[in-house]
Amino acid sequence: MAGGTFEKYKSDGSLAGNLLEWVDARFPATSMWRGHLSEYYAPKNFNFWYFFGSLALLVLVIQIVTGIFLVMHYKPDASLNANGVPIAFASVEYIMRDVPGGWIIRYLHSTGASAFFIVVYLHMFRGLLYGSYRKPRELIWLFGVGIFLVLMGEAFFGYLLPWGQMSYWGAQVIVNLFGAIPVIGNDLSILIRGDFVVGDATLNRFFSFHVIAFPLVLIGLIAAHILALHETGSNNPDGVEIKALKDEHGIPLDGIPFHPYYTVKDIVGVTVFLMVFSIFMFFMPEGGGYFLERPNFYPADPLKTPPHIAPVWYFTPYYSILRAMVWNFFGLDAKFWGVVAMGASVVIFAFLPWLDRSPVKSIRYRGPLTKVMIAIFVVCFFILGYLGTLSPSPTGEIISQICTVFYFGFFLTMPWWSRMDKFKPVPDRVTMKK
Amino acid sequence: MSKQGKMDCGRRNLIVATAAVGGAGAVAALVPFVSSLLPSERAKASGAPVEVDISKLEPGQMMTVEWRGKPVWIINRTKEMLDTLPKLAEQVADPKSEKQQQPAYAKNETRSVKPEIMVVIGICTHLGCSPSSKFKVGAEEGMGADWLGGFLCPCHGSTFDFAGRVFKAKPAPTNLEVPPHAYLADTRIIIGEEKKGA
Repeated sequence: MAGGTFEKYKSDGSLAGNLLEWVDARFPATSMWRGHLSEYYAPKNFNFWYFFGSLALLVLVIQIVTGIFLVMHYKPDASLNANGVPIAFASVEYIMRDVPGGWIIRYLHSTGASAFFIVVYLHMFRGLLYGSYRKPRELIWLFGVGIFLVLMGEAFFGYLLPWGQMSYWGAQVIVNLFGAIPVIGNDLSILIRGDFVVGDATLNRFFSFHVIAFPLVLIGLIAAHILALHETGSNNPDGVEIKALKDEHGIPLDGIPFHPYYTVKDIVGVTVFLMVFSIFMFFMPEGGGYFLERPNFYPADPLKTPPHIAPVWYFTPYYSILRAMVWNFFGLDAKFWGVVAMGASVVIFAFLPWLDRSPVKSIRYRGPLTKVMIAIFVVCFFILGYLGTLSPSPTGEIISQICTVFYFGFFLTMPWWSRMDKFKPVPDRVTMKK
Repeated sequence: MSKQGKMDCGRRNLIVATAAVGGAGAVAALVPFVSSLLPSERAKASGAPVEVDISKLEPGQMMTVEWRGKPVWIINRTKEMLDTLPKLAEQVADPKSEKQQQPAYAKNETRSVKPEIMVVIGICTHLGCSPSSKFKVGAEEGMGADWLGGFLCPCHGSTFDFAGRVFKAKPAPTNLEVPPHAYLADTRIIIGEEKKGA
C-alpha cells in the first residue's frame, strides 16, 4: 500500500490547489498522505488492544515536548552548590518550586516515563495474544524489540539525572553489572562511567545519551517499525490476512481507510488515556512510590546506600531474575550468570516469531494449552515484578527462582506446546459483533 | 559497466580500494570519540591520599571518610568484636583472606595493621552498594538470632563480619577490599599510600 504508485495531485485551479500541485510535483506529499493514512487499509475489526500503538506515539510526543522544556532549566552538574547540595539535584528542586509551571512539566515527564512502559507492555501483550509477530510481520516485531531496548536505556539514563539517592545507587548497581563480564568487565564499567566511581562524568554523559543519542535512535526505530507495518499491513484480533480477499479495486474486503476511521477511533483512546494520566499526574504523581521512589527526594550521597534500593517498577521483573541467580556455573560467578539471565530475559522476546509454531495466529483460535501458558507467564511476570520491589529474603528468592524457570520455560518450550494445542478453524473473513 | 554488459575491472578495483581506504578512515575517526569516554586526566589525578585523625574514635565506633569517591570505614573494634572473628572461620567464604582483596600487611586474622583498627572500603564486592552496619548481637537489628555483629548490604543481602569477610553462599564474591594505608603516627592514618616495607 505504502509507496509512490499514486498519481500526482492535479490542481482544480484554486490558489490552494495550485500551491499543492506545485509542492506535490517536488515532494511526495499526497502519495505519503494516501499511502499511510487515507488509503492505508487497516482491518475493520480492531478492538481496544489496538489503542496502545497510537498511545505510545502520544506519550513519546509528551516526553519530547516536556523534555525540551526541562532541559531549559536543568543542570547536569554533580558538584555541590553553596548550600552543599549537588547542583543537578538543586536544579530539579528549582524546576519544581521556582520555575512557573515547572512542576507540571516535570510531573508530566516523570509520570510519562511510567505511562510509556504501561502502554508499551500492553502493546507487546497485544502482539502476544494475536500473534502479530508471526510471518510476514517478524521485522515489525524486531524493530519493536529494538524500541523496547532503547526505551529501557533511555529510562535508565533519565533516572540518574535528578541525582537523588536512588538515581545514584541505582546507576551504581546497574553499571557494576557490566563489571561481571569476564576479562573486559572492569574496564567496560569504567568506560561507561567515565570515572572510577559514578560521578560528574557519568551524569554528563547520561544526560547526553538521554536528550540526544537515544531519542534519535528511538525515532529512527519507530519510523522503521511503522514503515514495516505499512508494508505488510496490520494484523487483527482474528489473525486473518485481509489482503487475501480484495474487491475489484484491489482494496481488502475487510479493510477500512486508516484516516478517518482509525484516527477518529484513536482520539477516543487518547481522551480516555489522558483522563487516567491526569488523575495520576495531579493526584498521585509519585505513583505510590513506584513512579518516583522516595529515597530519590534525598540528594545523592556516595558514602551511604539507602536501606532499601530497588529499580523503578518497569525494570523489577528483570531485576528479580538477576537476583534469582545465586549459583556459580563453569567457574564463573553467580553475579555473571545473573547478568546473563537478566539480559536474556529481555532479548528472548526477539525470538518469539520463530519460537511460536502454532498453525494459527490469534488466541481466538488457539486452545486451552496456549491460554494456560500465557496466563502462567503473565502471573510469573507480575510476581517477579512485585518481588523486585522488595528487599531480598529467602522466601522471595525461592519464589523468584521458580518464576524465573517458568518465565524462560514459556519461551523455550514454546516450539512444542504451541504446536500441541487444539485449534479451531480460522474463518476467511474477520469476525465482528453485529 | 559498458553498454555490452562487460565489466570494467580496473575501475571496479579502484572503487573497492577507495571504499576500503574510506572505511579505514571512518574506523580511525572513532578513536577520539571512544577514548573521550575514558576517565579524563583530571579524574585519574583525583585519587590523592587522604589523611585521617582517629584519636577521637572510641572503641566500638566507626567513622567513614571519602577516598577516590568511595566510602572508607575505619572501625575501632572492641575485644568482643575481635573475639567473634575466629568463631566465624567456618561460616565465611575466605577466612584466611586468600584472595587479593588486601595489601600483604593486612593479610592476617584481623585483616588489619593494628588488630583493633579496621580500615576497609565500604563498597560491597557484588554490585557496589555500601553495606549498613549491624553491630548489635542477635536479632535486635533485624538479623538472625545467631548474628554476632557485622555488616549487611541492603541491595542483595550479602553479609560481612567485623573484618569485612563475606559470609558463604551470598551474592558478593569476595571479602571487602582493604585499601593501601599506613600509620603516620599512632592516631594518624594515611589512606591511599603505603610506606615502603610497612
